[in-house]
Amino acid sequence: MQSIPIEHGLILAGVLFALGLVGVLTRRNIVFVLMSLEVMLNASGLAFVVASARWGHADGQVMFLMILTLAAAEVAVGLGLIIQMYRKFKTVDIDVLSEMKG
Amino acid sequence: MMILFYIAGTVAVVSTVGVIVQSNIVHALIYLILSLLAVAVVFFSLGAPFVAVLEAIIYAGAIMVLFLFVIMMLNMGQHTIDQEKTWMAAKDWALPAGLAAILLAQLLYVLRDFQVDIVPNEVGVLEVSALLFGPYVLAVELASILLLAGLVSAYHLAKK
Repeated sequence: MQSIPIEHGLILAGVLFALGLVGVLTRRNIVFVLMSLEVMLNASGLAFVVASARWGHADGQVMFLMILTLAAAEVAVGLGLIIQMYRKFKTVDIDVLSEMKG
Repeated sequence: MMILFYIAGTVAVVSTVGVIVQSNIVHALIYLILSLLAVAVVFFSLGAPFVAVLEAIIYAGAIMVLFLFVIMMLNMGQHTIDQEKTWMAAKDWALPAGLAAILLAQLLYVLRDFQVDIVPNEVGVLEVSALLFGPYVLAVELASILLLAGLVSAYHLAKK
């Protein structure tokens, strides 16, 4: 079996994380923002799994399971909030949420 | 395995670009599912089959179906797509994209002198579950409480 350089796995995780960051910063539709957050969480999990493959241990995979749990809980709460926001404002534009600014 | 890693990595990056530039939200979601499945193949090629299966089942299966359900429930039609297109002007995304590119360049700079090879030997279900129900058993309990709290608060937030 051939070997994979560890920096290629970490570079892939970094590229995916940066793409998710661009999505969070640029999109104004809140569903897209939540999807980009998923991409970022997934990229950090990828970095954990790459590190666990480097050492041949399973600890990184356990951390990925924790990230998976976190992502599931976060998506459930976030989508509930999006439904409430759509009921109240009839839009998914995050700029309407700026009414609390003083 | 090496070929599998590079092909799946390329597919993951291209489909993630598809997620952040799409204006149709359902198409973006399909791209996101493709990206997650490609990352699952990357996990498999790194010798982590259990995590690859969980990524396909929980991420690409359960969480994305939740997204699809909410998108269908909100029933955003053509006007949302047109609105998205007007929001995607170059002057709005150029600065954040530039800043993220600087961050990525710094990450690559830090990684420049890593010279370690991964020899992917399989770390399967047995090793992971021995850790999960050994030293990490408290974390598993806390994760179950987190999921329960997420369930209750999602129910509370989404009800009328």
